[in-house]
Amino acid sequence: MTSIAGYGVYIPRYRIKIHEIARVWGADGDRVSKGLMINEKSVPGFDEDSTTIAVEAARNAVEHSGVNPKDIGAIYFGSESPAYSVKPTASIIAEAIEASPNMTAADIEFACKAGTAGIQMCMGLTKSEMIKYGMAIGADTSQGRPGDALEYSAAAGGAAFIIGQRGIADIEGTFSYTTDTTDFWRREAEEFPSHGARFTGQPAYFKHVTSATIGLMERLDLEIRDIDYFVPHQPNGSFPLKVGKTLGFETEKIMPSLKVPYIGNTYSGSSMVGLAGVLDVAKPNERILMTSYGSGAGSDSFSILVTDLIEEKRNKKTLDSYIKDKKYIDYAIYAKFKRKIKGVSMG
Amino acid sequence: MAVKGLPASWRKIPQRYNLIGDECKTCGERFFPPVTICPNCRRTGSLERYKFSGEGEIFSYTVVRAAQEGFDFQIPYFLGIIKLKEGPLVISQIVDSDPEEIDIGKKVKTVFRKVREDGSDGVIRYGYKFILDR
Ligand SMILES: [Zn+2]
Repeated sequence: MTSIAGYGVYIPRYRIKIHEIARVWGADGDRVSKGLMINEKSVPGFDEDSTTIAVEAARNAVEHSGVNPKDIGAIYFGSESPAYSVKPTASIIAEAIEASPNMTAADIEFACKAGTAGIQMCMGLTKSEMIKYGMAIGADTSQGRPGDALEYSAAAGGAAFIIGQRGIADIEGTFSYTTDTTDFWRREAEEFPSHGARFTGQPAYFKHVTSATIGLMERLDLEIRDIDYFVPHQPNGSFPLKVGKTLGFETEKIMPSLKVPYIGNTYSGSSMVGLAGVLDVAKPNERILMTSYGSGAGSDSFSILVTDLIEEKRNKKTLDSYIKDKKYIDYAIYAKFKRKIKGVSMG
Repeated sequence: MAVKGLPASWRKIPQRYNLIGDECKTCGERFFPPVTICPNCRRTGSLERYKFSGEGEIFSYTVVRAAQEGFDFQIPYFLGIIKLKEGPLVISQIVDSDPEEIDIGKKVKTVFRKVREDGSDGVIRYGYKFILDR
């Protein structure tokens, strides 16, 4: 059985409140915050990017798994905000965790679901015994155009999963749903993404998340009552609850993974960070259903059964420890950190 | 466009990413950054690759208010002399910390950060920095 041998998360320390962003653009902070169900979002430090976030998450995953990094035969980095347009981040991560050089690596792009596509690739490679362990990472430092709705949610963070044959949680199966739906995109060399506003909802997020989730439940013959936690992609606080309700999940099954009110949307990190938060507290024999969503558009759904091993192998660097360790900044410092002020650079 | 000076920085990746230095098997002393010969044992020394844990404490520090080029937008920032658990002293930035938290003797650990960008079209140099071990 393919299994999660270990995982790691990383969320930068800085936070900006939704009210602070609303203040700058003359918007009603209460209304924005309530509508998105986001109180504050994480901001990368001046010297952080998707590479550094991925490396921290990857190192935490190696530490948690106890795996010899030389046994990691593949690293896949999923992101929509890579530091280079050409030059893989995966090879930097491989060097930083000392998995290189006898291994394969690549960066993957599928908006917010590239990281879970990486998990599926690692499942295939480990199950066929082409490699002993594979690592999939989802990490982003996403940008929203100043004043655009996305600026209130676009946050920074990431998660890394090491996939092997035996671990703390077995992956019972996966099911994907993919169509050509252009709801959110960014053209080459454009700084900010564009989106179809309301079009990102029903035909995009809801259609794909429900189709992948129902497809997987039918394939594995699962009922709602067989599932203890539902972890959908979290672009904001309201979409996960709404899609969960449509599928018939009780709110209690969604809340443990719903961290978006405190960190914002970590894009490629989103559903994987949520899964990590659930694994931090899950007990043996509990079943987790995670469904990612990437614009453009597709969803990957996974059924994950927690094993007895989790009790003796709890992850000490919990998601909550990263959420609690925070420092608030105002919009001016945020603008400097995110290089929104012309001429600001690192050399 | 061709860019010069890449090999020197590329060779330093093991030390910058993973704090790889040397240990002399003859006298037991550990060195960071790596050395070409053990200064204690000279020709009788026997150097082996050694990975430092990244844990240490603040030996001394200063607040930089007039930055060198490339660090202009980070002032004021902390530049520390860190005493690694295994012995050697290293100079590094201490990041993500407030002035009232920083002090001599405080425990620190490494993080992986961007150190420099060679303009908007050049190489991004990554490496270790330190944060407080809270
Ligand atoms: Zn010696």
